[in-house]
Amino acid sequence: MIERTAAELLGFLSRGEISAEDLTGRFLQAIRDREPRVRAFLHVNEVGALQQARAVDHKRRHGEALGPLAGIPVAVKDVLCTQGQPTTCASKILQNFVPPYDAHVITRLRLADAVLIGKTNMDEFAMGSSTENSAFQTTRNPWGVERIPGGSSGGSAVAVAVCQAPLALGTDTGGSVRQPASLCGIAGLKPTYGRVSRFGLVAFGSSLDQVGGFAHDVADLALLLEVIAGHDSRDSTSVQKPVPAYRQTLNQPVRPLTVGVAREYFGAGLDPEVERAVATALKLYEDLGATVKEVSLPTTPHAIAVYYLVATAEASSNLARYDGVHFGHRSKKHKDLIDMYCRSRGEGFGKEVKRRIMLGTYALSSGYKDAYYLKALKVRRLIRDDFDRAFAQCDVVMGPTSPTPAFKIGERTEDPLAMYLSDIYTISANLAGIPGISIPCGFTRDGLPIGLQIQAPPFEEKKLLRVARMFEQETDWHTRRPKL
Amino acid sequence: MSLTADEVRWVAHLARLELSDDELATLTPQLSAIVDYVKQLQQVNTDGVEPLAHALEMNNVFRADEPAPSLPVDAALANAPDRRGDFYAVPAVLE
Repeated sequence: MIERTAAELLGFLSRGEISAEDLTGRFLQAIRDREPRVRAFLHVNEVGALQQARAVDHKRRHGEALGPLAGIPVAVKDVLCTQGQPTTCASKILQNFVPPYDAHVITRLRLADAVLIGKTNMDEFAMGSSTENSAFQTTRNPWGVERIPGGSSGGSAVAVAVCQAPLALGTDTGGSVRQPASLCGIAGLKPTYGRVSRFGLVAFGSSLDQVGGFAHDVADLALLLEVIAGHDSRDSTSVQKPVPAYRQTLNQPVRPLTVGVAREYFGAGLDPEVERAVATALKLYEDLGATVKEVSLPTTPHAIAVYYLVATAEASSNLARYDGVHFGHRSKKHKDLIDMYCRSRGEGFGKEVKRRIMLGTYALSSGYKDAYYLKALKVRRLIRDDFDRAFAQCDVVMGPTSPTPAFKIGERTEDPLAMYLSDIYTISANLAGIPGISIPCGFTRDGLPIGLQIQAPPFEEKKLLRVARMFEQETDWHTRRPKL
Repeated sequence: MSLTADEVRWVAHLARLELSDDELATLTPQLSAIVDYVKQLQQVNTDGVEPLAHALEMNNVFRADEPAPSLPVDAALANAPDRRGDFYAVPAVLE
């Protein structure tokens, strides 16, 4: 039962073959059984989840209207505020923080009658590509427990991969949904910047952050996006555009379809097994009638440099709020107010967060701002222009999601730059604000999952999901589940 | 190295971040390596290119200035590290 997709589970629930309470009970059991191996969750809300499930059963018995996720457990990355439930961002500085309000996407899940089962592990403040930067625990990849699950939304990706929840929310600032989805063998979607409200998402890089979802397949991602997308007056960057009924058109293949392949995504550093799996996927699209065409994204080699200036500059400003005054950790020993700020932050933040605050502060400091920050914003426009030119010639751009399969725990922790390079294929989408998806497209000889990334023009999620669905209907990679 | 320990110490001061000597010793070469890496951007010709701060390029979004219920005081203060009455307490700012 727990290995099923959300769409299948909704069928069981509506036909009365299982109650929401029993279903939630089974997922809670899976969490208890599997947590010792994978450590995906920071908090499990057992009592609250069962209460929410019983409320759905009660509504159903009384013939009341039910939301589109009625009785479906959803795991949530611990960077999204949940009223009355801890929200730590996997940081010591927020270890005891309990938000007084829900993030907009959490409100949407509640209105959809979803069951909020727990909060998942992540890199501290979503800064990382392996979930190793969590202050609390190391999450493991279920396809090889000595390996990282990807990050920063590693806990959410693992929770879905090992069937502790059929759906999960993550956030994607530079690939933090797509890369862990790829490394854990599931589907992950980053919507267009502005498609989903960021209200209640603890800010990292405000011009890059976007809430996304994890699921076993593309159909479930379409369902989840319908629930979370749409305007919210509390986030002025969330757009007024209507939300299409993604599920209605999902099974319509895109014809004619032109697939753009950027030569810049197949350079040095790409693992040959990943390259082969992606080439096979492209061949399948050709067999389905698509035209595969080379496009150029010439600014791609500079994307990491742009990203690590823009994202850290925004982070250094966003994280200024953790000063020990209104909430979060306050140092016990301090001489005066400034000293209290410095010590609270020095004690509360982990290594990577400090590194990024420092880099961002440096890039914005007097005398360096034009050379670093402003220069990065100009190159950012060139990256956006690259995509505009490419999408004038093709419907979607395809390539690998990650240059390598999941690497070993500890392998890149001492070399920040090597870790940053893990995001080479995913960060451009955040800089340009376009949507992207990762879907499973094969395994290495060692049994590690490989992801295919598909990127589309802004607000073309409908087409993006249809194109991804075409692949899913011809392959069975998305039906594989890890053996724990 | 692009950055000296003194510069790193100055940036830490700007960021209101206390760093131990060990942290300073690790961060100085790490930040230097990253700064050297991002210097590649200087080779990109950006003459006449406008900075792109934001993918949506929208301007100010306004809404009606109407009072609406806000967070109750107790909820707002529930996470305060040091609460005195209806206030956040902090070390003295002025002597």
